[in-house]
This record gives sequence, C-alpha cells and structure tokens, in this order.
Amino acid sequence: MILLTELFLTFARIGLFTFGGGYAMISLIERCCVEQKQWITHDEMMNVTVIAESTPGPIAINCATFVGYKQKGLPGAVAATIGMVLPSFCIIFLISVYLDGFLEIAWIAHAFMGIKIAVGLLILDAAIKMIRKMQKKPIPRTIMLFAFAAMLLIDFFALRVSSITLMLIAAVVSLALFLMKRDPGKEGAAK
Amino acid sequence: MICFDLFIGFLKVGLFAFGGAYGAIPLIRDVVLSYGWLDDEMLTYMIAVSESTPGPIMVNLATYVGSSQAGFPGALIATAAVVLPSFVIILLIMALLKKLLKNPYVQAVLRGLKPCIIGIILATGVYMILKNGLVMRSGALQIRPLILTAALGAVYFGSGKVKKGGISPIGLICLSAVAGIAAYGWR
Repeated sequence: MILLTELFLTFARIGLFTFGGGYAMISLIERCCVEQKQWITHDEMMNVTVIAESTPGPIAINCATFVGYKQKGLPGAVAATIGMVLPSFCIIFLISVYLDGFLEIAWIAHAFMGIKIAVGLLILDAAIKMIRKMQKKPIPRTIMLFAFAAMLLIDFFALRVSSITLMLIAAVVSLALFLMKRDPGKEGAAK
Repeated sequence: MICFDLFIGFLKVGLFAFGGAYGAIPLIRDVVLSYGWLDDEMLTYMIAVSESTPGPIMVNLATYVGSSQAGFPGALIATAAVVLPSFVIILLIMALLKKLLKNPYVQAVLRGLKPCIIGIILATGVYMILKNGLVMRSGALQIRPLILTAALGAVYFGSGKVKKGGISPIGLICLSAVAGIAAYGWR
C-alpha cells in the first residue's frame, strides 16, 4: 500500500511539473524513477522510450504504466497512470469551466489571435524536427510526401476522409512492400 | 449518447496517436470536427492552453473536449478513453508479448506508419499557418495576421539558429499573446 501511494504521488508530481508534453517528461521521469527511487534501470528507461515511440498514446502514460507494472503489477500500473493524469485533468477541467468567459474579455481575445498563429508554427516545427530525424530513404520519403499531399487536400476541401484511413493505407502499403521484397527466392533473408 | 460518442472518439485518438502529442493533434482535429464538438478556432486555442499547462497534451485536450460537451462525466469519459489504449497495450507488451515489437511484420507496419504520420503533421501545420496567417474567415487577405505570422515565424525559427534550442514552445505562446494584444489592441 505504501508503495502504491508512493507511485501515485511520484507520478502526480511528474504530471504537475512537466510542461510541453512527452519528451520534456522523459528527463523528469528519468530523474525520479531511475536516479532517486531506483525503480527501473537506465537501460530499461531507454527501452520504454523506444516502446513508447512505437506504440500509440501519450508517451508519459506509456512510461507511467511501465514503471507502475514493474513495481507492483496491475495495481501499480493503475496507481501510476492515474497519478500521471490527475493533475492535468483537474487543471484543464477548471479552465474549461471558465474559458468561454475569459474569451469575452477583449484583450484576452486579442492575445489568442496571436496565440493561434503560434500554434501553427509549433506544429510545423515539430514536423520539421521529425523529418530531420527520419531515414533518408526513398520509400519513407515517398510515403511522407503522399501523406502530406493527401492530408492537405483533405484539409483544404474539407473532405470526409479520416487521417486514420491514410495511416491504415500507409501500413498496408509498407507491409505489402516488405512481403514482396521477402518472397522472391528468400533473397532478403541472406542479408 | 454524447458520452458514448466521446468514448469512441477519444478511444480512436488514443489508439492511433503515434508519435506523441503532435501526432495526436491532426487526429483530434479530425474527430472533434467530424462530430462537430468544437470549431477549428476554439480547438486551436485549446491546443495552446494544453501546451501551456502541465501534463500530456493529448490528455489535456480530451479533458477539455469532454468537459465542454458533457461536463464532468464527459471529461472523465474522454480522458479515460484517450488513456486506455496505451495503458492496455503497454500491459500486453510487458506481460505477454515481449518480442512483439521486434516481429518483422510489426516492424514493416511501423516503418509505413511513421513517415505517414510525419506527412500528416506537416500538412496540419502548413494548413493552420495558411488558414490563420493568410486567409481569415471572410477569405480576404488581411494584413495583421500576415505580419504576425512573418514576425513570429522569423523570431521562432531565427532564435534556434542564434542560440541552441531557441525559444521554448511556452515562450513562443507568451510572445505571440503579447504580439496579438499589440496588433489587435488598437483600432
């Protein structure tokens, strides 16, 4: 029970003090769970980061579930995950109650006219950073460009096609390419 | 009924949001706009609020959308739905399928997904900048958003060149708020 409370409180603290989403959180999780509490090793932490990048959902949730499960099984995973979510849940819930009223104040509305533009820039910047880290090979680049063009068309013409559809197509195409490369005489296996 | 829609909508987000918060934003736009829960304007504001408050951005957006549609129960349901897939997937991987991610077929699927998501994020960023910065509501070119976009873009991307790391996202949001007040404060 003490360990469960500790898991909950530790992740609640991480959830309360990390701004800017997943990657900012990883360094704090590393400090709390690897250096201070020694719940997991540095290597395990690197492993979770890789798993988190290959699985859907918020990276912080992936990490909390992993550490909690490692320490105390399913109850531990639940305690750590709820701890992670609770602070931001409370803060955003309060904001949601008052936001509409705030936006009626003229200067706050003006501030949001500027903020709106910043959000677009932040998303563009995130994409540019990811492109820089991407493998410089023809297939991923082609998939990236097709997805970019398709999504832009969907946005501009407000088409009723979900981005999930694009992702499923990309997954199927990539799998098909893999199977085609693999099949002829199993040449691929030699490498 | 709205609670059921919220649950399904955010379950989809949680299940397909690869690549962290920015991977989730196009998906959340998709879901939120198609159900008509928020308009693009309000969603953009909330992305900024989520970025400036602690906690995972995806969770913050789910809580807000849920709360705006169905009060406290809505917030609870949307938040649980967005968290659930990654919670279950991590448990499954740890308990049963330790080698799942090394499987060559899974690897092939992930190899296709990653560049596709990057393309989707890039398109979302470009679209939002064009829409907010160049053509506002009426479709007519307006001068203030154009100047704001150019100035903020130059400062943000320029700062990365001068100093390593440059301005933080929260720094940019604060700066843009001040710039917004400065640009729209006078008539």
